[in-house]
Amino acid sequence: MNNQKLFISSHAPYWHNMSSISAKSCHIMLAALPAVIMGIYQYGIPALGVVTFSVSCAMFWELIMNLVTKRPVSIGDGNAAVIGLLFAMLLPATTPWWIVLIGTFLAIIIGKEIYGGIGCNPLNPTLVALAMIMLSWKSYIDFDGALVNYDLAFLMKYPLEALKHFGTSAISEHTAVGLLMGRQSGGIGATFGLGLIIGGLYLILRGYIRWEISLSFLVGVFVTAFLFNISDPVTYAGPVFHLLTGYTLIGAFFLATEDSSSPVNFIPMLLYGAGAGCFTILIRNIGAFADGTVFAILLFNVANPLLDKIKPKAMGKGLEHA
Amino acid sequence: MIKKPFFGLRKPKLKYPVEDTIKLDSINEIPLPLRVTLLSDNNERSDDVDLKVGDKVKTGQLLGLSEKDGDYLISTVTGTISEISQYTGYFGKTCASISINAETEDQWDEEFIKAVKAPASKNCVKFLRRLPGAPSLSSVLSNESSVKTIIINGIDKDLLTVTNQLIVKTGVESLTEGVRYLKQITNTDRIIIIVPPDLTYQAEKTGAEVRVVKPLYPNTLPHIQMKNIMGITVPPGKSFEEMGVCFISAEAVTALARVFNSQEFPIYKRLTVINKDSRTFNVRARIGTPVKDILNTLDIETIHGDRLIMGGPMTGNAIYSDEMPVLPDTDAIMVQDKDQIIQSSDTHCINCGECIRVCPAKIPVNMLIRLLENDMFEEAAEEYDLLSCVECGLCSYVCMARIPILHYIMLGKHELSQLKMLEESSE
Ligand code: SF4
Ligand code: SF4
Repeated sequence: MNNQKLFISSHAPYWHNMSSISAKSCHIMLAALPAVIMGIYQYGIPALGVVTFSVSCAMFWELIMNLVTKRPVSIGDGNAAVIGLLFAMLLPATTPWWIVLIGTFLAIIIGKEIYGGIGCNPLNPTLVALAMIMLSWKSYIDFDGALVNYDLAFLMKYPLEALKHFGTSAISEHTAVGLLMGRQSGGIGATFGLGLIIGGLYLILRGYIRWEISLSFLVGVFVTAFLFNISDPVTYAGPVFHLLTGYTLIGAFFLATEDSSSPVNFIPMLLYGAGAGCFTILIRNIGAFADGTVFAILLFNVANPLLDKIKPKAMGKGLEHA
Repeated sequence: MIKKPFFGLRKPKLKYPVEDTIKLDSINEIPLPLRVTLLSDNNERSDDVDLKVGDKVKTGQLLGLSEKDGDYLISTVTGTISEISQYTGYFGKTCASISINAETEDQWDEEFIKAVKAPASKNCVKFLRRLPGAPSLSSVLSNESSVKTIIINGIDKDLLTVTNQLIVKTGVESLTEGVRYLKQITNTDRIIIIVPPDLTYQAEKTGAEVRVVKPLYPNTLPHIQMKNIMGITVPPGKSFEEMGVCFISAEAVTALARVFNSQEFPIYKRLTVINKDSRTFNVRARIGTPVKDILNTLDIETIHGDRLIMGGPMTGNAIYSDEMPVLPDTDAIMVQDKDQIIQSSDTHCINCGECIRVCPAKIPVNMLIRLLENDMFEEAAEEYDLLSCVECGLCSYVCMARIPILHYIMLGKHELSQLKMLEESSE
């Protein structure tokens, strides 16, 4: 059998559905685009600056880390770009450059790379970074302070902050349609509800995110907000308001669904989503922060390994002694 | 290659070729090769048998490999033995390899003819192990057999393969005969034939109980059929026979009919050859024909760096040389173009969950792969169901990180069985 012609040998299967991590990253960025474009349209060049700088920084940090740890360069998979983009979407348009630089460092290095890179992070890297920034430099990402120089054609008070301090009377001007169309202040890519919903539905239909998580998250938010609302309609806003403000929608479709930090089995996905949604409202209504999405999702990221232990019984398992 | 569908909410559907892609009138006959090679499936040749280079053999002659466990090969040509060697296959398994230079005239071996002349009896049973389709009849034929049901597979295990479908479609008569003989020589209560919906009509004539399966992968894998059709889930580590069921391919049943009807050992194997563009050819070749001869006859060109697969796209075995012969259980040969080969990667699992959604055995593949990558085989088996895997390959097929998951799984199973053997031998 000494033939010059050799064939490539490998293990079955020999087909692949051609999906890849980079394709997935591209689709996530594509889905985020409507909301991002709306943000840039509303807040102009500064918003564009934050978005582009954040994406580049995130990729830069990943590259640095690849070189330092002497591992294959992985920015091609687009995951760093996604993290950078999502991070920017959560920030106010006027965020100073150094916050973006530090934030992306925290996201990529502390949030992801020190655990071993993509797939190994226990928490959502974007949220890790945002949480740290929120705790350290709160004033820079306080929307009312940051966006004080903007006067767009709608109420410029950050809706959740207004609600927290003045009750439902302060938010009576907001209509559901207005909120959907992005007529509210907030993060660059977090206010255009319709755009986020379209992006999210796109990702769900294409199978890039798990619908169970998004849906149960929204249901969790809705039900909890609804219960608060009927108990005291003056202090607590209605469920629709909560669904369309703050980070709820971006959380449901882009943050809670981050692969590595969310469960993959059916029941755990439902518990995870509903739990995070419920805690979002608990923090908003009785906690210290105006928006609870960040900490609620992080909390359930921590619970994820535990939740994912609830798994279906494998075929034939346990039959030996039957 | 079947790509990810545009809408990705549901599991991918891997369909079998529909009926009209099977071109019935075109069975390509492969001419007698100059040399055939026969491989045993597990045993090395032992020295207690008298078989050497230069021996003349006849068509249908038993070539004993080992006196002790009675293993043998059956020559499919008349000619002279030109080489006896050892072949190292999958996971380093060694088996005996015998090459025979073929003469153009077939002379039939008398012993075989004598054995089958008698009414269909257990006399000739000893010849049946090497039938095309590689039936595992020995377990059924032994007297203390616990097999209660025989399942005839009228649908091929792998995608793009239509060997057995074609047999059901065109060979109803001999299938019917075969079923009759099966009833005679075994004492099983039930014989079931499994076919795709478009072959129900043919299957009903065979006299076996008909069960229809949707032609979707992995419905056709034996483990899944056991569950869907028999309602039996095979626990890890048990064989089908232990559960009272024996699988046999439609081709083997027709081969059986041939043995008893025309007193001829069936030396031809039917197979599907899948070209680089996924077009298929139906082929009839002598068992032992080198793959090279088949590709030459069909004008399929291969170059260095292509991939040659014995079997179909999901479950086949890649081979490195086109000298490899057609074996009794080779239902397909697939040629894959260099440019179509997907390189697997060493990225970590990103926990996307695709594998969980497709796994028919409900295995937490995302966790399993983490353990296997770190050589934690025993934990993998205990906590993450390594041994429940039915080896369908769907997890590797959908994996976004392109991890060769099934390869890790097979390695894991192999390592575990080695460990177990070590333990047993030290006890
Ligand atoms: S090969 Fe993969 S998908 Fe198929 S049964 Fe095994 S683990 Fe599950
Ligand atoms: S498909 Fe691959 S990357 Fe996705 S969870 Fe399964 S093993 Fe991990």
